[in-house]
Amino acid sequence: MKVTDIECLKNIANEVRKGIIEEVYQAQSGHPGGSLSCADILTVLYFNQMNIDSEKPQDMNRDRLVLSKGHCAPALYSVLAEKGYFSKDELKTFRKLDSKLQGHPDMNKVLGVDMTTGSLGQGLSVAVGMALASKMDHAGCRIYCIVGDGEIDEGQIWEAAMTAYKNHLDNLCVIVDNNQLQLDGRIDEIAGLDNIRGKFESFGFSAIEVDGHNISNLIDAFHTAKQTKGKPTVIIAKTVKGKGVSFMENKVEWHGVAPNKEQYEIAMKELNSVNN
Amino acid sequence: MKMNLDKKIATRQSYGEKLVELGGKNTDIIVLDADLSSATKTAMFAKEYPDRFINVGIAEQNMMGIAVGLSTFGKIPFVSTFAVFAAGRAYDQIRNSIAYPNSNVKICATHAGVTVGEDGATHQMLEDLSLMRTLPNMKVMCTSDDTQTKWAIEEISKIKGPVYLRLCRLATPIIYDEQQKFEFGKGIQIGDGTDATIVATGVTVSEALKAQEILKGRGIQVRVVDIHTIKPIDEDIIIKCAKETKKIITVEDHSIIGGLGSAVCEVLSERYPVKVKRLGIKDSFGKSGKAQELLNYFKIDADSIVECVEHE
Repeated sequence: MKVTDIECLKNIANEVRKGIIEEVYQAQSGHPGGSLSCADILTVLYFNQMNIDSEKPQDMNRDRLVLSKGHCAPALYSVLAEKGYFSKDELKTFRKLDSKLQGHPDMNKVLGVDMTTGSLGQGLSVAVGMALASKMDHAGCRIYCIVGDGEIDEGQIWEAAMTAYKNHLDNLCVIVDNNQLQLDGRIDEIAGLDNIRGKFESFGFSAIEVDGHNISNLIDAFHTAKQTKGKPTVIIAKTVKGKGVSFMENKVEWHGVAPNKEQYEIAMKELNSVNN
Repeated sequence: MKMNLDKKIATRQSYGEKLVELGGKNTDIIVLDADLSSATKTAMFAKEYPDRFINVGIAEQNMMGIAVGLSTFGKIPFVSTFAVFAAGRAYDQIRNSIAYPNSNVKICATHAGVTVGEDGATHQMLEDLSLMRTLPNMKVMCTSDDTQTKWAIEEISKIKGPVYLRLCRLATPIIYDEQQKFEFGKGIQIGDGTDATIVATGVTVSEALKAQEILKGRGIQVRVVDIHTIKPIDEDIIIKCAKETKKIITVEDHSIIGGLGSAVCEVLSERYPVKVKRLGIKDSFGKSGKAQELLNYFKIDADSIVECVEHE
């Protein structure tokens, strides 16, 4: 069942953010910054866009999502829990011994996770394989792949981009979570990455730039991607690392650090005030 | 079983031929290559079933990932490139996207070992058995002739989960006739001599059989054990032969570190400690030369095996 009300989707995204903070705080480990930056994207995909049913998590004809930036597992787990794939209580077990919620997503442990990821740069190739298979089977599945902007430093991303273009994979939609920061600093300073749109366009993609926190703009972008025929689409989502928690926003320090108790309480207070 | 020295065929050729046959029976089989299809022999499949062949270009890492994506839709992808570019260049993709998620991908890597020949060290993969054997979920095979390879291709298409199959460039004798029964994970004992056991895999099996004949002429009776499944290895046959024969010699076109010799030693050191002599590439890279010259240079040909049995 698709959620179309924008306010309702915003509220869900806020719940997803609370789940992310809860996971990372309970684990005292994990990656809050990049998880918060892709929370709106994941919410729109799982609640508004994707053809999925949490009651039939292994339906062969479902749409697929590959979270290639696997370290942002807290965001994926949180949205899956919101969607009813498993209990929200389980989020507290994230990264703990015997939890199915591994530090990076494991498709064999969590129903709803479509691909095991973690080693950056690999997810897009897998998504390309899924898109090819769907075309071969005339299954009509759409394949979404979220990559980090830092992640596209990896050469394999561009190998996969070439295959996607060559095979006219218009059922593939790549989303770049363009929060401008990677572990060691700004993306343009670390590997000199700029003009992401131009790069993908030169690889034959249809490119859309969008505010990655604007729900209705995201919906429009995904709609445009669906209408685009004969080539894959990349949505370059301009985002803020740590979005939603004031002291984490745009701070590279929050790439992979958990909040302490005091910080956790401030973060939750901020997120709770959004719903009121 | 009688080795036919007159008719030689490379296991990569057997692979290409069998893929075409299998592709006709099973439409889930998809073949991927990285711009080496005329060398890996997947071009035969490409010609017959172009809709189920994907040439990704010179992008082995990407190829592994695409295969994984296909496998999640129930396809049975066979990926092919040279062993050095599969197990070497794409190691992390194999580790994290294939082995860890237990993806149903068959990696058929050709041009393994020094028998690649003239191309030299950069193209002579000597570490792949070691690298692949250490990965959880991964099954590892290395076949010795045409008959065995064709059986193995069909067998691994039925196994759920990742398999690494090591194939060779060099044409080698046909060892087994079509009536030969093979079983995954079971070694094949050839002869029942008790003076020594020569444990071999891949191209060195025919060298071991030649050595067996030479030694027979000198009154020395050895048995050869063909280990086509490196992992899981047939522990029972190794222990049985260690008990029944005076010497154990392993021979492989691979580094002596981590390959067949190491696998045999792991079994024996824990269950039946005896001395093992390992023939293989001794912690060095390969070099250019003719395949047969290199087998001799690296002391893994029939003459070297004979010398080892007689003097070690």
